[in-house]
Amino acid sequence: MVMARSQDRRPGFSRRAQYGIFTGYVVAIAGVVAGLALLVVSLVNPGAFSFARATAAEVARPMGQAGAQTRVAGQSVFSVIAGYLNSGRQNALLNREVAVARANAITMRAVQDENLRLKALLGIRDPAIMPVATTRLIGSTSASARRFAVLNSGSSQGVRQGQPVRSATGLIGRVVETSPNTARVLLVTDPDNVVPVRRAGDGLAAFVQGGSNGRIEIRLINSGTNPIHKGDVFVTSGSGGIYPPNIPVAVATAPHHDGAEGHLASDPADADFVVVMPVFQATAVSALDASQKAAPPAPEDETP
Amino acid sequence: MILPRLPARPEDLVRNRINRAPSPAFSIGLPLVSIMLASMVTFSPVVASAPVLPPFAFMMLLAWRMLRPSLLPVWIGLPLGAFDDLFSGQPFGSGIVLWSATMLAMEAIDGRFLWRGFVQDWLAGSALMAAYLFLSATFAGFATGYPLPLTIGPQLLLSVVLFPLVTRLVSLLDRVRLLPLRKV
Repeated sequence: MVMARSQDRRPGFSRRAQYGIFTGYVVAIAGVVAGLALLVVSLVNPGAFSFARATAAEVARPMGQAGAQTRVAGQSVFSVIAGYLNSGRQNALLNREVAVARANAITMRAVQDENLRLKALLGIRDPAIMPVATTRLIGSTSASARRFAVLNSGSSQGVRQGQPVRSATGLIGRVVETSPNTARVLLVTDPDNVVPVRRAGDGLAAFVQGGSNGRIEIRLINSGTNPIHKGDVFVTSGSGGIYPPNIPVAVATAPHHDGAEGHLASDPADADFVVVMPVFQATAVSALDASQKAAPPAPEDETP
Repeated sequence: MILPRLPARPEDLVRNRINRAPSPAFSIGLPLVSIMLASMVTFSPVVASAPVLPPFAFMMLLAWRMLRPSLLPVWIGLPLGAFDDLFSGQPFGSGIVLWSATMLAMEAIDGRFLWRGFVQDWLAGSALMAAYLFLSATFAGFATGYPLPLTIGPQLLLSVVLFPLVTRLVSLLDRVRLLPLRKV
């Protein structure tokens, strides 16, 4: 159906209506200008409007809680139906897997004992890491190219900026902003989040950077020949001091010349509960920050 | 039919229609509230690791603007864009710029074309959504200091496909909006 455009924007001879429309345009153009100014401010200082976002997250929290519960309920309905369909095959498979896992567990216990004895010999003591909070993800920026999620716990539960967040299967991200009852998490898939990792088998050092499209980029620290194969698992290395070591992060899927493309070890969409952990080596992180602030600017390359 | 059919005239929906008129607060508030609720879709059951959902709030704004050109004032992009920035994850200000610019662009489109139709509205909406998603991703790229790859492709496709559905939803809301609820 084609119709004539509406005529009701024409003010006629009414001065008041004419001024009203004129003011509208002025405010709209002022909006563009003010928006650009605010955009520059928030690009220079990303935390500038965190108070407003925190308030908004607090207000929307009940909605997110309801949503998180629906998500879990919905997933369990599907898994129950799927469970009926493959129960026989799955049972046989699981029996076989349990037998193998039992043998592995015995080996693992022996290795653990040995590890403890060796550490005692060397005098190394690992501090036990107690989780700060166990909570749900109640939202995510699912329409934006930035990857944030919102936690259902905040500063009143002890969640602080910089703390790593993991699920049962792997790393989710780290806390960037907190409000009393919610916290904003920078997901591993955001390009701003760089995680130092090593290969689970041999400790090959690399880092993981998000590609914002659900995939992540694994980059080697020592470039040259690329030893990464499809299916290699990468875990956090603990360097940098934020993330504790040995949390699964990524699985390599497509190696290329200086690294690999990978997918996440833990998809935040599947995570029912997540665990907020304390910063691994808080003193190291603050020392690193201080040295970066104190250091003179990097020398510029002299290009002929 | 995905959406239920309603009688064409809102007054056919209610029993008493003599001495009744649409309530002004409801008829102005419902569009604003519907757009703001669409902004809060980030607090939805979907926790995504990639930008997959279309920008529903922006699509609602476009749909309301196309259905009722004089309902939303031309400056409405400023407050509604600011509200969207609180939830969208974009650097604060990106929504204010883009939504204000969109309202101005819609004025220009209205002034330029003498006739309107379904296909033309769809094309205009698609062009505006493409520009919006591309510029949003660019602003987010500035914020991360890392040129974001073309992650908006699937999202844009989904937005273009879903846009007529959103306009349909808005026209349904429009009939609800004009229900004669207030006694004159």
